[in-house]
Amino acid sequence: MIKNISNLGDAALYCDFGKEVNRETNTQVIKYFKTIRKKNILGVNNITPSYNKLIISFDLKKINFNKLKKVIDNIEITKSDNTQNKKLEIPVCCEEEFSLDIKRLEEILNLKKEKIYENFFAKEFFCYMTGFIAGMPFLGDLEENLRAKRLDTPRVKVPKGSIGLTEQFANIYSFESPGGWNIIGNTPLNIFDNSKEKEPNLVNPGDLVTFKRITKDKYQNYHE
Amino acid sequence: MNKNYFEIIRAGINSTFQDLGRNHLYHIGIPFSGAMDNRNYLLANKLTGNNHNHPVIEFAYQGPHLKYHGSPINIAITGDVSFEIKKGDNLIDGKCYQSFILENNDELDIISTNKSVYGYLAISGKFDLKFQWSSCSTNTKANIGSNNGKKLSNNQKINIKEINQNFMNTKLNYVNTKIENIRVIKGTNFDYFSEEGKKIFFKNEFKVSKLSDRMGMRLEGKKIENIVETNIRSEGLIKGVIQVTADGFPIIMLSDHGTIGGYPKIGVVISADYDKLVQLTPGSRVKFQEVDLNSAETLFKLYDLETQSLISKI
Repeated sequence: MIKNISNLGDAALYCDFGKEVNRETNTQVIKYFKTIRKKNILGVNNITPSYNKLIISFDLKKINFNKLKKVIDNIEITKSDNTQNKKLEIPVCCEEEFSLDIKRLEEILNLKKEKIYENFFAKEFFCYMTGFIAGMPFLGDLEENLRAKRLDTPRVKVPKGSIGLTEQFANIYSFESPGGWNIIGNTPLNIFDNSKEKEPNLVNPGDLVTFKRITKDKYQNYHE
Repeated sequence: MNKNYFEIIRAGINSTFQDLGRNHLYHIGIPFSGAMDNRNYLLANKLTGNNHNHPVIEFAYQGPHLKYHGSPINIAITGDVSFEIKKGDNLIDGKCYQSFILENNDELDIISTNKSVYGYLAISGKFDLKFQWSSCSTNTKANIGSNNGKKLSNNQKINIKEINQNFMNTKLNYVNTKIENIRVIKGTNFDYFSEEGKKIFFKNEFKVSKLSDRMGMRLEGKKIENIVETNIRSEGLIKGVIQVTADGFPIIMLSDHGTIGGYPKIGVVISADYDKLVQLTPGSRVKFQEVDLNSAETLFKLYDLETQSLISKI
């Protein structure tokens, strides 16, 4: 449930679902997101779900904070908004040329790289949100023993397809971009397809994701 | 076949196709984009007889130098811009907020913006563009939008697929004013900052850094001390949000900003001041002034009324 709604500037609602970051809270955020989107409320523009927040921006010419807050306060989330989570398997190659930060992680986590990969590939991840750059999924939660801080100085260019780890989360760089996550491999899959107007994102909030290790040979000959 | 096009002699620093942008895709990570200065964008279109969501060329600092090939067409430039039109040996000094007619082989040289960053070129016709998510707006960082998501480059052609045959003779008296006090509403993490930090934010002057672009405007000044945590759980952003990064300096999110961010939000620029904010050139000195939500809403109504009144005068 929404714990508190405040204003973010004069043209957005800031809905706070509480301090906790877990699947349960995030599932609530996503339910609200889907319900509000379906309602097509006049004046509502972007709706951005994240771990435990939902930001609803609006056109100040058509509606204002107090009016929209009333609408959102009275929204009911019905059982039918329970949509099935999609399951996905994403191939990842961990050859040296792709696992840019595996040595750093071995040191920080005090684990051998085979152990890091073993734990990583055994996990089923939950997609909390997508964004920052188009299509980038934020996936959780990594086991405690794999949690590391981001790089002290972010890379200017992280290659497209890179799989990164930071704290309890994993992400996938949908295209080349600056970034500071610990890179452990690369996927040949296209995570964001801007030729698809309807569903350009491969991974969406609420989806369940597992990673599968592939050889370099398979990586190079990968056809979707 | 009627072939009308601009030949690009010089593309300019950052010339892109823009319209009203995309306002419904943050949840998949696609930024707003669109013309930075909405009022000047709308005025350019009205001066050339277009509707309010019609692609224009936005340029920053130095604009494009174009040679026109085709049948006569109206153009208009808005902003604070110096430009010239060459008709054979005849050199015409360009004036903003006024329609001109370009004929075959005429040249339009948009020399530079003056005390501002962005200017707009609208034509009485349609550029031949591919739209993405119902907008031409170009985001060069994510390669989204027309022209393959890239800025205009030298020696390329800009095709025009349709020309409106009703010639305009429009003019507007309007002078852009520069903003010194940026009005803001306190942000959701305002209390992350020390009393001294809050005072610095509202009392001290900040300088617009050179590291500013369509994604964000960085500011330099006295450091704003964070007493809670320099990172927050990543969450959604909107245009105008002022984040304070770990180094203690503010950065304002502009139209191409990433959709999610993890720095504390000290404030949000009010909607009424956004157009003027984006026009601040590097080196400009600004102060932040606090307003409440009610005042911000009233100020936006006034801003919108003024924009509508300018449009109705054309």
